[in-house]
Amino acid sequence: MQAAEKAPVTAVVSDPVILRVEDVYKHFPIAGFGGLAVRAVDGVTLEIRRGEALGLVGESGCGKSTLARLITALLPVTSGKIIFEGQEITKMRGARLRRMRRKMQMIFQDPFASLDPRMTVGDIIQEPLDNYGIGSGRERQRRVQELLRLVGLNPNFTNRYPHEFSGGQRQRIGIARALAVNPSFIVCDEAVSALDVSIQAQIINLLQDLQREFNLTYLFIAHDLAVVRHLSDRIAVMYLGKVVETAGRNDIYDHPQHPYTRALLSSIPVPDPEVERARAPILLKGEIPSAVNPPSGCRFHTRCPIARVPGICSEQEPLLEPHGQRDQLAACHFAGEK
Amino acid sequence: MALAQPALEQAVDWEVAEQQIGLWQDAWHRFRGNRLAVLGAVVIVFLILVAFLSPLLVHLGIIVSPTTQQVENIEVGPGQAGHLFGTDELGRDTLSRLMFGSRISLSVGILVQGIILPIGLAIGLAAGYFGGRIDNLLMRFTDIWYAFPDLIFVLVLVSVFGPNLLSIFGAIALVGWVGLARLVRGQVLAIKEKEYIEAARSSGSPPLKLILKHLLPNALGPIIVTVVFGIPSAIFLEAVLSFLGVGIQPPTPTWGQMVFDGYEAIYANPSSVVFPALSIGFTLLAFSFVGDGLRDALDPRMKR
Repeated sequence: MQAAEKAPVTAVVSDPVILRVEDVYKHFPIAGFGGLAVRAVDGVTLEIRRGEALGLVGESGCGKSTLARLITALLPVTSGKIIFEGQEITKMRGARLRRMRRKMQMIFQDPFASLDPRMTVGDIIQEPLDNYGIGSGRERQRRVQELLRLVGLNPNFTNRYPHEFSGGQRQRIGIARALAVNPSFIVCDEAVSALDVSIQAQIINLLQDLQREFNLTYLFIAHDLAVVRHLSDRIAVMYLGKVVETAGRNDIYDHPQHPYTRALLSSIPVPDPEVERARAPILLKGEIPSAVNPPSGCRFHTRCPIARVPGICSEQEPLLEPHGQRDQLAACHFAGEK
Repeated sequence: MALAQPALEQAVDWEVAEQQIGLWQDAWHRFRGNRLAVLGAVVIVFLILVAFLSPLLVHLGIIVSPTTQQVENIEVGPGQAGHLFGTDELGRDTLSRLMFGSRISLSVGILVQGIILPIGLAIGLAAGYFGGRIDNLLMRFTDIWYAFPDLIFVLVLVSVFGPNLLSIFGAIALVGWVGLARLVRGQVLAIKEKEYIEAARSSGSPPLKLILKHLLPNALGPIIVTVVFGIPSAIFLEAVLSFLGVGIQPPTPTWGQMVFDGYEAIYANPSSVVFPALSIGFTLLAFSFVGDGLRDALDPRMKR
């Protein structure tokens, strides 16, 4: 690869934290319901360190994808700050925002919806290069072929349309597009959820190889912990617009502090049938509550197996504080209890 | 893994890549494969040729002038007295009038859509893409416009500006853009939420490029169909205006006018109604075949 492919030299000297999310809120007002709003992201604070893969997990509707769109500045925040490589992106607009986006790309959830059906694969992958005026026309075409090869596709497929590819191949095209401008940070918004299990493994391996090769930082969003475990260095668990626990990958699996994390972990099936039969999964009652009117106190208390209601859990909101292992934070009044 | 491969120093096989085909070239291939669409296109080209050549044919004496009245041959049937399509109540040759009528009718249809398209696209795209206050403003304006009865609106405009070609074109276009603007807005609203638009935004596409390269091509199908179907309806509206006496003034023939003139004598002399009506019908059919063909041709998901 060319020198440009290597991580920027500044990475060595600068802040180890590439992205900081500081108390970010995103409320979607419901039209015609005076003041009511869906509180999709409700006070999230996160850090992503350079070169790591942070896994973000949670049920459908917990605000993961919204958070991804806030971080990539596809949506404006309601309040709070997002700081990427020392620059506050929440205040950027227009040309500055476009320049910043070059370093931060996204891989989307649905490989059938994320590629423009009227553009050829070559044009799709070349688009970011065109947008940032990288290289001459011929260099761009070479780069497109190189990228196709990199993600394991035939470089002669540039003139085909997205509908001529399978889901896994399309996701590879999406990855090639994200890599085109040599970003330092990639948000994978459920990048494998829409794929078959066997294809999921291939894509995850590809993402890992690419991370090693290009020193990428990932925010890897998924709704199940099994997928995330393979790829992440650290994991954050979200529930109803808030982060309830963050920890190193092994700590989260071995010593989950938050009862919600424990419930999520126990929902992962074990491949050994005897173990699977013997274990007693923690089943959560009911559905995820409405994000328009979240429960008082701890948001999880309505479904929590260890909540004391009435009591502190329904009255006071727990803060994200150190519990358990080093670098482990949990937002629970009774963190660690079973 | 592909990563293990050495750098691509050796000549990249761009040359041997599959033959490069652009969207339009690709569309042309698909269009040619659609027989009805090609037939429609042939009919339209034929009509346009007729429209252009009819004065020449009169000059060469191949057909009679559309305004020549032959008192001895009033309301003769098709094929009689040397009139292939018969004559009307004033003894004018129906074929010649049809050929000259195509000049006005086609240009009303096509030029009006030519005026409507940019107005409808601009307003619809702006309202749909920018949303919020701009959308509200543009759409309320459109609603108010829409609330006027078309015909009365056209009548008022034509009576103010006089029944000349320009004011008729303008008036028909001014009532026609509303539907297109709404359609375009709806399309844009639906497409704007797609992930590939987000993907284009996050790969740094500026707004104008988003609109022209992603939103517009994906919204094109229904827009083309609407525009193409708008052509016959403009032809009809001109006919209604002629009937009411504020359209193109006689003796200049238009198809609509011929239908309305002939219909009083529909039993005595059916040919003077049937032939212009058929002309309108075939033109409509030809345009709609072409419209369908274009819509399919511009969608790469359709098989060639």
